Formats: sequence, structure tokens, C-alpha cells
Amino acid sequence: MNIAVPRMPGPGREGQPGANATGGPTRGQISIRNVTKIYDPEGVNVMAVDNCSMEIAAGEVCMIVGPSGCGKTTLLNAIAGFHSITSGEIYLDGELLCGPGKPKAEQGADRIVVFQHGALFPWMTLAENVAYGPMVQGKLRKREAIEKAFHMLAEAGLGDFGGKYPGEVSSGMARRTEIVRALINNPKVLLLDEPYRAMDALTKSIMHESLLEVYDRTKVTIFFITHDLDEAIFLGDRVHVVTTRPCKLKKTVDVTLSRPRNYQALSSEEFRLLVEEINGAVHEEAIKAFQSGEREMA
Amino acid sequence: MADIAHVENRIMPERVKRSRMSKVLGNAEFWRGLLALVVFVLLWEVGARWKEFFGYSLPYVGLLPPPSDVAVAWTKVLPKWGYWESWYQSFKRVLSGFIAAMIIGIPFGLMLAVNRYFRDIFFPPFEVLRPIPPLAWVPASLIFWPTNEMSIAFVTFLGAFFTIVINVLGGARSIDVRYLRAAQSMGATQWDLFWKIILPGTLPSIFTGAAVGMGITWEVVLAAEMISGGGTQGSGGLGFFIWNSYMGGSLPQIVVGMISIGIAGYISSSLIRMIGTHFMPWRRMF
Repeated sequence: MNIAVPRMPGPGREGQPGANATGGPTRGQISIRNVTKIYDPEGVNVMAVDNCSMEIAAGEVCMIVGPSGCGKTTLLNAIAGFHSITSGEIYLDGELLCGPGKPKAEQGADRIVVFQHGALFPWMTLAENVAYGPMVQGKLRKREAIEKAFHMLAEAGLGDFGGKYPGEVSSGMARRTEIVRALINNPKVLLLDEPYRAMDALTKSIMHESLLEVYDRTKVTIFFITHDLDEAIFLGDRVHVVTTRPCKLKKTVDVTLSRPRNYQALSSEEFRLLVEEINGAVHEEAIKAFQSGEREMA
Repeated sequence: MADIAHVENRIMPERVKRSRMSKVLGNAEFWRGLLALVVFVLLWEVGARWKEFFGYSLPYVGLLPPPSDVAVAWTKVLPKWGYWESWYQSFKRVLSGFIAAMIIGIPFGLMLAVNRYFRDIFFPPFEVLRPIPPLAWVPASLIFWPTNEMSIAFVTFLGAFFTIVINVLGGARSIDVRYLRAAQSMGATQWDLFWKIILPGTLPSIFTGAAVGMGITWEVVLAAEMISGGGTQGSGGLGFFIWNSYMGGSLPQIVVGMISIGIAGYISSSLIRMIGTHFMPWRRMF
């Protein structure tokens, strides 16, 4: 699946990898067409995703906003190849990931997931974690992979922590390491599933800037799931608000804030207007999700 | 980004490196523990010597040999070859049964965890055999195995085996699916998945199982030694040492045997802990 030539930032390979001569990113274009997912536990059909379509351009930061448990993660799992879809198609760079006759996408290092609670292997040091991908893919020998891992960690400002275990560093550093672990595989797309959910506001803002910095450097396509509207607008090129279960596109807004961005964008008039524009739709879905939750409890 | 890392770096507290010994001696916990032991032995001594307390006879304690008598009895057996032979025999039985249980139990538990067909076939009989206490196996194994030694080894093995398997199985099955998914999405083959994710992820449970299994092994060995009756002085092991002291009516020597087993058990579990921290460096921090 991964046909791209290595383009990792490394010694002597700086710059804007993934960018072509005209400067625009060329990989990681995702096309989601009429995707429906019905879970069928014991004959009770539960529709998680209902006829959902969206186009994600190469190098776009695509933010999916919706209430908790609305089926956003199902969509991400379908792209990652963790779950099958019931109908519809998903394409990555024109190649069919899943669709008719192929309900479940193959898992591949071209689409790396960063999970809600983090999934660094606790039994490996940060550098070993980062080196894991190239090592198991047989791309690099252990020594080379570890060397490269240290280099990439240093690039992300984590150079001193490569020898530490995940349990020894802060959750913020762990999450940043996880992004590095994804990037070393040179993925076409990063799939982020509410990665900063459990963090306090201050750590979160540092995480945001760190992710923006990574994006400006790599221009990798990002598919980011969140229920935090401010986060979505601050990070994204485009914000998709989805309905509560089943997950359906409700509203799409292009974020016009210029890049590179920093925290000052958060207090700009433009940002406030965007929040105003989307807030209504998000709030409506939140109330629906809350009420349907109450129904289930009753 | 570098500036952020720098800030976080400064927040990290400086850890002062000290030697193990000075850490222990400078630790209030250590001194409290020592004091507790000394007070315990003193109370035992006083209680056992006085027999009566303001006219009332002390329950239990009054019947025990005082620790000083135990110490005297100990110094008598210490130079004797038979006493150390008992240690050696018991340790040999515990270790052989325990190591056999590890060698067979760990792969068996992992197979149960990763292969559904294997689990479907072997788990039901395993679950039926598991609740049978190891000591219930003693008569049958005495009949079944040609020598006493082999039946003791077999029963010891059973004591550790079930505990180790159930811990390995539980540990491997409770590895967070995120780790498996993350590894698979980075291109891990089944082989990588097993050696780099499932095995290290199960290690903590393996060592928990080993620690519990080791305790059970000592229990079983001692009981089996008492039942099977040993034979000559030393070859009976510590279990027979106690039984023999009982037959000879030497109360202090019974207590010597009991404390010896306590020490032997402590040595065994310390060994497991040491091996555990060696193989699980990520749990060594702080």
C-alpha cells in the first residue's frame, strides 16, 4: 500500500517533505463516499454512521466535531482499518481503502492513529517506541532506527527524554512522542482520536501549538476527532460538525484563519465569529445526545 | 518547541542518586520495621518466660518456647549437616517444581490467550482440574509415580502451575487493545506482535503469578514432606525436619523449622522480585 518514497525529515533532508514543486501537499487525499455503518450485536441494529460523505484534500487538517459517542470514532476506525463499514466507499489518494467487496480496510503504516488515552508501549523507552515502526517494517535496523528516533525526538524538543519510559514523562510529552512515533512512518494521514481529551487547558494549549508546529513542518493530512469546538477551529482548515448517533454531516465550515497560527489567533475577532457561526449547530447536537442518553438510562 | 521541552525539563525534580545501603539506613521505615521486630521478640520472650501475668496465665504465648530457647536450639542444629541438607532438599524440590511449572505454564497460558481453538480445547479440562487442591493430589501421585521424590515434585509442580497459567492467561488477555492496534497499524507481523507486545505486556502478570505460585509451592512441599515421611534425617527436607522435631517432642526445634521456612520463603520471593525488576525495567522507576 505504501508506495511513497521515504521523505522523512532527517539529516540533510529538511524542508517541506510531501510538498511538490508548486508547494502544495500531494499525498493523503481522503474521499469518504456515502459511508454507512450498522453495528449488529445480537440482531439489534445500531446505526453508527449514516450515509456520510466528505472530501479531505491532501495536506488538509480536517476536524470532526460532535458529541461524545456519536459515531465519529467509527468513521476513524473505518479509515484506520480497525472496523468494517456496511456500505459506501473510502478512498485514499485514489486507491480504494474499503468499499463494496472489501468491507474492512487493510491496516497500514500510511494511516497512523493517535489514541484518546495514548498508546505508547509502556515497556519501551520513548526512543524504542518511536523506532518500533521502521523496525517491524524492516526498513531500518535497530541501531539505525533508534538513532533516527532520537533525532526526530530532538526535533520535537524531546531529545533529552529518548531514554525514558512513558511512565516517567508527563502526559503531554507522551502525547507528543506519539505524534513523533506516527511521523517516523511517513504516513499519508494522521488519525487523531480526541488525543488531548483528558488534558488540562494549559497542557492542551501547549499540545495545540506543538501539533501546529508539526503540521507546518510536514503538511501531513490530519483527520482529527474532537468535541471541543475551540480546538477544532484553532487547529483545522475545515470543521465538520456531525450529528449525534447516527453520525451524519450537519455543517461544514472553512476556517479562514491564516497559517502559521499561534495562540493569539484564539483571541481574534475572526476566531470569535467562527465560534459563533458553528456553536449553534454543535450545541443542538449536544442537547440531542444528552436527551437520547437520558432515554437510554430510563 | 525546544523552549517548551526546556521548561518541562526544569519542572522535573532533580533525583539525588544514593547508594542502596545508605538509602536503607536513612529510611525511617526501615528503623520502624526493625523496632517492631525487636519489640515482637521481646514480648514473646517475656510472655513465654513469665507464663503468668498478674495471676492470669497467658493464652498461647505462655505455651511457646521463648525465643532464647529457640536460639539455643538453632545454634545446636546450625553446625549439623542434616539441617542444611533439609534446606537443600526443600529448596531443590521447590525450585524443580516451580521451574517446571514456569516452563510449561507460561507457554501454555500464552497459547490459551492467543489461540481461540487451543483455548476451546484445553481451557475446560484445565478449569475442572484447577480447583482441586494440590494436596488432594498427594495420595494419587504417591501411587502413580514410582518414587516418593517424583510424587513430591509432581505435587509441587501442580501447586505453581495452575496459578501461573491463570495469571498469564489473564494478563495476556487484558493487554489493552490500543497497543495491539497501534502495533498492527505500524506494520507489526504476528511474530512482532507476540514478542514485542504480548510477551512484555504479560510480564507483570507472569511475575505476579510466579510470586503467588512460589508461596503455594512452599506450602505444598512442606505438607508433602510431612505426609511422605522423608526417610533419613536430611533427605526429608524442612517439612520432615519439623515433623521429626514434633515426634521427638522438641518444641524449640519445631519453631526453628518454622522460622527456617519463613526465611526460605522470603529468600525465594526476593529472588523473584529481583528477577522481575531485571526483566521489567519500565517498572523500576522512582
